Amino acid sequence: MAVADTTDQHDHDHDHHDHEPFIAHHFDGPEQQYDSGKLGIWLFLVTEILFFSGLFVAYILYRSHHPDIFQLAHHHLDKVLGCLNTIVLLFSSLTMALAVRSAQKGKNKNCELYILVTMVCATIFLGVKAVEYSHKWDLGIFPKSFFNYSEGHHATGFLGLSPYLIKLSVIPTLLLIGFAGTSIFGKLTDKPVMGKFFLGMAITVGGYFAGVFGGVVYQNAIGSGHQQHASVSHQPMMLHAAMLDDEGHDHAQGDDGHDHANGEEHSEEGHTGEEHAEGEHADGEHADGEHAEGELAAGGHHGEPEHSMPKSVGAFFSIYYCMTGLHAIHIIGGVVALAWIYYRSQQGHWREDYFGPVDYVGLYWHLVDLIWIYLFPLLYLID
Amino acid sequence: MSDHSHDHPTFNHAAPLPLLFIVFGSLIFLTIATVVTSNIELGEFGFIVAMVIATMKAFLVCAFFMHMWWDKSLNILVFFSSLIFVSLFVGMTLLDTGSNMESVDAFPTTEDSSLSTTEY
Repeated sequence: MAVADTTDQHDHDHDHHDHEPFIAHHFDGPEQQYDSGKLGIWLFLVTEILFFSGLFVAYILYRSHHPDIFQLAHHHLDKVLGCLNTIVLLFSSLTMALAVRSAQKGKNKNCELYILVTMVCATIFLGVKAVEYSHKWDLGIFPKSFFNYSEGHHATGFLGLSPYLIKLSVIPTLLLIGFAGTSIFGKLTDKPVMGKFFLGMAITVGGYFAGVFGGVVYQNAIGSGHQQHASVSHQPMMLHAAMLDDEGHDHAQGDDGHDHANGEEHSEEGHTGEEHAEGEHADGEHADGEHAEGELAAGGHHGEPEHSMPKSVGAFFSIYYCMTGLHAIHIIGGVVALAWIYYRSQQGHWREDYFGPVDYVGLYWHLVDLIWIYLFPLLYLID
Repeated sequence: MSDHSHDHPTFNHAAPLPLLFIVFGSLIFLTIATVVTSNIELGEFGFIVAMVIATMKAFLVCAFFMHMWWDKSLNILVFFSSLIFVSLFVGMTLLDTGSNMESVDAFPTTEDSSLSTTEY
């Protein structure tokens, strides 16, 4: 019986080598290979979920102890940009599902196109994220130990863009030049595979700049009211007062003239108020929820009520940067994996009994989307 | 063996096209719904609504985009086992978190003299 089985196996193997170029020799056939790979990717996704759950626990604990800090901090996250990014990611999930479907039908051309759209969506997401991050860094909204919030701190670089945004865009710019150059080089030297693949990569990186463009246009549109105020408070005299005085959402309500007057009158008081707040903060460092709440209230008393932004608010942004940053790293990893799928689609590797890699990368991509589905309401929609 | 490339292998289950678009449409609808509900004052209830909507979206993505609806039960079991461990992680941490507050409260007052000399 056993002998008969092995010879049967052997025949199968021969068959695979002739007709199924991607079946590894230690598998019985395409189905077993597919099922093994799928179980493997599910196990990997489990480790990813557990990995992220550590950050979710940090979030849950911190929010249950300091709900006030979350209320104060989330006004600095833009719901519209967050919602836009959510829709971009959901759309990329749709195109990913369509790519898997095309691969299952052996339609390599369609698969290639859908994968390209998925990658472009991913980089649009990263571009919008870069605009969001750099805007926060301009305002001094950093993780807690570097937290230094001041509304009037708008340094502008080339074309009035944030210097941080320009720094963030250096790597994508180099990648774009490199990919476009390689693609042209491939075309010129009659290497169609190289030309085609790197053209796709250049388009992918172009998505980042589309995202940045969209984000900047949006921020200029909504920020035009804020900008006037910011340009006035460039004067160093006003900076300290602005630090205690200002909070984004209050600007929209209060009229600007009134705010300026306040800033000038209280600039000296602002100094003492600030020192006071920091002194209290040192106490609050190892304090529990009640202490921190007291600190928030106290900050309100010494500065302008409801306008201050104590350093402890930076703790929210520590969590925010960790969660969204780790998610962004996963997006970048996903794009690299998708690039591999893109290349293999161009090679025409997918067929009805061999589409596993597309499916596996798709599962990973949907998981990244899944994590964002939870991150978006948890970080952006606190009320 | 050679006729595999002509008709569907059993493990190849493509999701129906209309279903994918319906799922995408409902995901967009739920995203807009969660943004709209976040603008309404719901107090404590708002967090629950946001999480329920997020879980509905997660279900749609898992079941149809990730093919879980048609997947082998082993894979589903593996996935849900992770959720069990996550809930243990969250639950145990939350159970423990309040229990040491008294000693934390007591700390600065009992060791006040030593704290004032060392710079933190």
